[in-house]
Amino acid sequence: MSAHVEEHFAGSNKLFTSIWAWLVGLTLIEIFLAYRPMPIHFMLTILLGLSIIKAALIVAYFMHLKFERLSLILTIVPMLVVCICLLFVFFPDSFRSAGLRYQFKEAPPPAAEEPEH
Amino acid sequence: MSTEARAVHFPADDWGGGVHPYRVGHRKLGMWLFIVSDSLTFSALLIGYSYLRASNVWPTPFPFYPSIVFSSVMTFCLLSSSLTMVFGVSASSRGDKAAARKWILGTMFFGAAFVILHLIEWNHLIGEGLRPFSLPAHWVSTFTTSDGRLPSPLFGATFFTITGLHMFHVATGILYLGVVAARVKKLNHEDMEISGLYWHFVDLVWMFVFPLIYILSVDVGGHLAK
Repeated sequence: MSAHVEEHFAGSNKLFTSIWAWLVGLTLIEIFLAYRPMPIHFMLTILLGLSIIKAALIVAYFMHLKFERLSLILTIVPMLVVCICLLFVFFPDSFRSAGLRYQFKEAPPPAAEEPEH
Repeated sequence: MSTEARAVHFPADDWGGGVHPYRVGHRKLGMWLFIVSDSLTFSALLIGYSYLRASNVWPTPFPFYPSIVFSSVMTFCLLSSSLTMVFGVSASSRGDKAAARKWILGTMFFGAAFVILHLIEWNHLIGEGLRPFSLPAHWVSTFTTSDGRLPSPLFGATFFTITGLHMFHVATGILYLGVVAARVKKLNHEDMEISGLYWHFVDLVWMFVFPLIYILSVDVGGHLAK
């Protein structure tokens, strides 16, 4: 490693173990929620919220981003968040296309037989 | 103020060359940029999956056993592998290469357990008749709506693509960690951190794949068992 880059690795094994325990606990909550009757939109919101919290814990502590320079965090995180949000611009079309699709009311007719030569 | 004093006090001079503006080496920065691009790949796939799911009748076929039990144990394996990986990087920062190798081998063990469990789960679904572009016949009859709308046959395509790409990343990570474990004495601490970044990213992606693919496809009412 270059002499300019200082070697540092903050965080103790006790801290990392507690982060792991949180991640396991949040996963157990997700599995518990899977069997609770609730509207799919409500469930999706809770699950995505829990996933974002878990991802943040992994990035901040296991991937050590919390202990890196602010310039690195500001270079990586906002760009990623904006790009992912931009991917969602297509999403409203999914609700429109659901109504446009041909709905089979019965089994489609069999294909016409080829005439024998 | 002299030129030398400005160079010390003005952050803008970080960009003048000769110093590291992010205080990380170029290889570690490269891994971060790879992770950003790979995050966008998985984001696009998961959003595409959600798009298809919202615009179709979507089957929810996963029973508690084996699908949810297996995927939960797989999640536990990946989370535990991240813990052993961070212990390995921590040992490396203290200069304890032997302990670092031991923790990396532990990480590889959990990673291999994840892949084996996932292949068993795939085998179970393929045995039931799930294919990339068709559903098992009993899924179709069970999940056809009361007004005759058929469930989407793209369930298999999205499932095998997303979980397959993730499994490929895990398998690649195991090989990568194998090389790191074999050369741990020659590698410096930053190399260890870089391999750790890749492995934690694989774990991070699963934190979204597991709820979106598995938890939201649980057969809550046990419709397939009836």
